[in-house]
Amino acid sequence: MKKQQLKPGLSMLPGQLEPVWVGRRLFLRYAGALTAGGMLLAACGDEENPTTVTAPVDLGSGDTGILNYAYALEQLEAAFYTQVVASPFSGMTDAEKTLLTDIRDHEIVHREFFKAALGANAIGALTPNFASVNFSDRASVLGAAKAFEDLGVSAYNGAGTLITNPDYITIAGKIVSVEARHAAAIRDLLNPKSADFAGDDVVDPTTGLDAANAPTVVLPIAQKYVKTQITANNLPK
Amino acid sequence: MNLLKLIADIEQVDPEFGDRYSFHSRRNLLKFSSKLIAAGIPAIVAGTLNKALAQSTTPSQTAIDIANYALTLEYLEDDFYRMGLAAQGLVPTSDQKVIAQISKHETAHVNLLKAALGTLAVAKPTFKYPTGTFTSYPTFLATARALEDTGVQAYKGQAAALVNDKAILKVALQIHSVEARHAAEIRRILGLKSWVSDTTQTTFTQGGVNLKTLPNVSGISDDNLRGAFDEPLTKAQVLAIAAPFLG
Repeated sequence: MKKQQLKPGLSMLPGQLEPVWVGRRLFLRYAGALTAGGMLLAACGDEENPTTVTAPVDLGSGDTGILNYAYALEQLEAAFYTQVVASPFSGMTDAEKTLLTDIRDHEIVHREFFKAALGANAIGALTPNFASVNFSDRASVLGAAKAFEDLGVSAYNGAGTLITNPDYITIAGKIVSVEARHAAAIRDLLNPKSADFAGDDVVDPTTGLDAANAPTVVLPIAQKYVKTQITANNLPK
Repeated sequence: MNLLKLIADIEQVDPEFGDRYSFHSRRNLLKFSSKLIAAGIPAIVAGTLNKALAQSTTPSQTAIDIANYALTLEYLEDDFYRMGLAAQGLVPTSDQKVIAQISKHETAHVNLLKAALGTLAVAKPTFKYPTGTFTSYPTFLATARALEDTGVQAYKGQAAALVNDKAILKVALQIHSVEARHAAEIRRILGLKSWVSDTTQTTFTQGGVNLKTLPNVSGISDDNLRGAFDEPLTKAQVLAIAAPFLG
């Protein structure tokens, strides 16, 4: 296969645009299913603007591909909370600011960790697209935060079985529970002392299991918040 | 939903159910699913367990041991929250929904693991609790925090060992993040941060990467560097923590 290296970790394969459009169709399908199931992604915007994106980024294959997948999600989360803290929503309390700053810091550490761990195999910096989030509005910001955290938890839970190196499984485990702690805290801000911190919409009430989603489910949702096109056709399945 | 009752119902439809729900017998799974659905068994329950069994080649002894270890911890958590909810006047009305939700999950985890292990499941131990656990709400919450944070660390400590038992690993991860949600919420009720910073942890290296020297982290506190990664515990460490509760 012809492979043209643009820069380390960022490769351009022939015909790479096509899977993006497949991804778009997947997004529509899964977004519908999730909404029907009660997992609201309120922050999902309606706009679709594929013409403004830069060169696609491919996550790669094997464990490297999964680490890049995690790196992509952490980039998204870090960028989101950086903006949340930089432009606080109207009426943000000191306690909320402290909590959101902690989360921002964790996500930055995760992002920088994956970048360093991946070294030359790391994908490039993704350009976020938060046009659907109103950063001055508490409900919009916390709704998006909830969606990102739950998505992150389900992504790590779904990716654990795709990893072959046991050390990476441990690392992913160390991070996913922090994401789950974030999710619970954000959910508690939205609906204090209710069952929502581990609500029936995300933890199956019969099995007591949290969501676990494959990259093919997660990436089309994440793509809505990233201008850079992400392709993932070589990830383990 | 009572899963044990459910299992009894399933057995009427499928006499081989007892065998099938152990790790070792997975015949006619598709047929089994359709029978369950015909019997009105929620597809999600049938699906979850069935999938775990169908995808699992013969689980290793390691996986069985880990599942029983997890079951023991879940027995403890389930028992603890049941006792707490049953203790008159212990859990204030304002916190009832939270504690009830956690209790519901711990019961579900016990039932799920018991069903998966079948005849290999360990029996529920007798538990004992320090004086005041169910008469002082602060003591109850402090114990809940310890159990939840330890639970997170316990599952995390076993994940890598399940690298070749993918169906079990997936379920373990799905329980693990629920325990983390519980821990975060209990910590909020206690007025603590939802994340852990163990100040005795003086190294900041994760996966061979020194977090202290990463770019863009210079303004980040040691607490947040620690809090970004939850640390695992070994089985021996967890059992030492759980020992005071084992009668």
